[in-house]
Amino acid sequence: MTAFLDVRDLKVHFPTDDGLVKSVDGLSFQLEKGRTLGIVGESGSGKSVTSLGIMGLHTAGQYGRRKARISGEIWLDGTELLSADPDHVRRLRGREMAMIFQDPLSALHPYYTIGKQIVEAYRIHHRVESKAARRRAVEMLDRVGIPQPDKRVDSYPHEFSGGMRQRAMIAMSLVNNPELLIADEPTTALDVTVQAQILDLIRDLQKEFGSAVIIITHDLGVVAELADDILVMYGGRCVERGPADEVFHEPRHPYTWGLLGSMPRLDRDQQERLIPVKGSPPSLINLPSGCAFNPRCPYADVPKDDVTRTIRPELTEVGGRHWAACHLSAEQQKRIWNEEIAPQL
Amino acid sequence: MTISEWSDGAAPAGSGGAAPARPPGDALLKVTGLRKHFPIKKGLFQRQVGAVRAVDELDFEVWPGETLGVVGESGCGKSTMGRLITRLLEPSAGTVEFEGTDITHLGVAGMRPLRRDVQMIFQDPYSSLNPRHTIGTIVGAPFALQHVSPRGGVKKEVQRLLSVVGLNPEHYNRYPHEFSGGQRQRIGIARALALKPKLVVADEPVSALDVSIQAQVVNLLDDLQQELGLTYVIIAHDLSVVRHVSDRIAVMYLGKIVELADRDSLYKAPMHPYTKALMSAVPIPDPRRKHAKNDRILLSGDVPSPISPPSGCRFHTRCWKATERCGTTEPPLLELLPGRRVACHHPENIEAEAARGG
Repeated sequence: MTAFLDVRDLKVHFPTDDGLVKSVDGLSFQLEKGRTLGIVGESGSGKSVTSLGIMGLHTAGQYGRRKARISGEIWLDGTELLSADPDHVRRLRGREMAMIFQDPLSALHPYYTIGKQIVEAYRIHHRVESKAARRRAVEMLDRVGIPQPDKRVDSYPHEFSGGMRQRAMIAMSLVNNPELLIADEPTTALDVTVQAQILDLIRDLQKEFGSAVIIITHDLGVVAELADDILVMYGGRCVERGPADEVFHEPRHPYTWGLLGSMPRLDRDQQERLIPVKGSPPSLINLPSGCAFNPRCPYADVPKDDVTRTIRPELTEVGGRHWAACHLSAEQQKRIWNEEIAPQL
Repeated sequence: MTISEWSDGAAPAGSGGAAPARPPGDALLKVTGLRKHFPIKKGLFQRQVGAVRAVDELDFEVWPGETLGVVGESGCGKSTMGRLITRLLEPSAGTVEFEGTDITHLGVAGMRPLRRDVQMIFQDPYSSLNPRHTIGTIVGAPFALQHVSPRGGVKKEVQRLLSVVGLNPEHYNRYPHEFSGGQRQRIGIARALALKPKLVVADEPVSALDVSIQAQVVNLLDDLQQELGLTYVIIAHDLSVVRHVSDRIAVMYLGKIVELADRDSLYKAPMHPYTKALMSAVPIPDPRRKHAKNDRILLSGDVPSPISPPSGCRFHTRCWKATERCGTTEPPLLELLPGRRVACHHPENIEAEAARGG
């Protein structure tokens, strides 16, 4: 019995003139229908490359003459996507799995009306007359909260505001009732009052359609709102994965602690100082040996024999459905979090 | 109660215990009735057919040593405001006074001596540094432009500045592309600090940076203020960052300041409905509070166009408390409680706050 979405040891490497960029380097996770997985990480941690990999959007040779090197397995509802026939994946893309992109202005085509773009997405997968497809487009626009959908269906993207464009894109991605929805930074380009509207919409739609949702973001507030499970990425690898509540309240990996300490919070009293992570994110061409986080980790010297600098830590289970890739022992992780980190937050 | 009674009744209450004491001395920067309308021109003769009312009648002051945070959503005019007070844009009306001198319509030459005292940190560390110049040249440029020769020479001073902002002074001869986003932002900060300015205007200084780097830069700005006694105007859209860095905060909506108050009272008890909605919209990074969302105020629709802003109160089209009066009469920005200015006919939390303030 496998999960609805099962990603096993996914690697996406890009050959460049400077060397091999290991954007995603051995990522595994599972996701069931009706659940939401939040993938968090900083820029360059491999979050978006992972999502494009699942959608099968890396292969087309769009990186000059050189292609991305992808290995591992991606099982979607019993089908392995990486070894599947590209035509088969194309039939799944847009119907079984759909994506919401960060920037709706560049993801929507400026020459075509919103309605035409939604109708196209629908008719590729359904043999229906254009009138029926148009009715479906209006219905979807109505569902995502566009006022006067029967009129706005003929508008061009530039006639919509940022929030409305994002709603239109959500309508387009949901028009075929996909079972897997990937939202890549769906609210990053939006203002906070509009962001609140869109997050509400995504949550309602998931309840209604029961899809599996992956939400990719750098904003811990957004994942806390939506996600059931959280996967923290660093340097193309998963450093911690677990139920949202545990990752926020009993995080085990020093990088997760760093993210939580870096963030000013409105729900707490004013902190005197933020606790940043020192240094900057690693180069994906030349990842630090051992644990990729070791040069920035304040606890890199706690484990004995320099293991943090020589051996790459495996993702190990530290609690029910909660994994962390860290050389600190489970007791050390708990003690440091409870005694040193949590009181300062 | 009429508007004048509000202001008369509340204004003399300078003794109110909760209100922070206003710093002694004069304001470093005083802005009165500041306005910027960008004309929209059309047709063969470029006739003006309208105007984008980016900033409309702003009044505020910045006291020496404080940080004034300016928040608002995109298009509210906060960046235009920043460019007006640094005189990178010419105001359409109103006055800007810096240390008591009217700088509203000073020309390029007239502004030059003042450029030492007023500096800016930009949002995008990728486009605000010249890619063809070395870090040494970039950070040293202010000395050349102002004909200042620092003690010990320009190179030594630039290296000192680099170490002040946490960069390696030996990177003097490197180019911007060799640095990460956070490091570039530090270079921009070093350049802004070169001439020991009195006022630093930072427009979204951390929004292009990753979370872990954001915290480094926020802490750096904090340290520099304490060490050098700087005064900041920090413009940002992120309410949690603004709360962290500011002493007082101005909330803008469609070219107007709708609320101006000290940080703690603003976040504890926002008085303008827009401030309240804005703060309730910020996602809380705690999954345990996921289901306690009833206190969130969802604003409907989008921000109206600044070309033809709504009549009366500009927020009335989206406000749940709006009455007929809001659509006709524009509420002035009044000091309803000591240190708290609000532009609203139906302010929130007014009784509670008045009771607390004594």
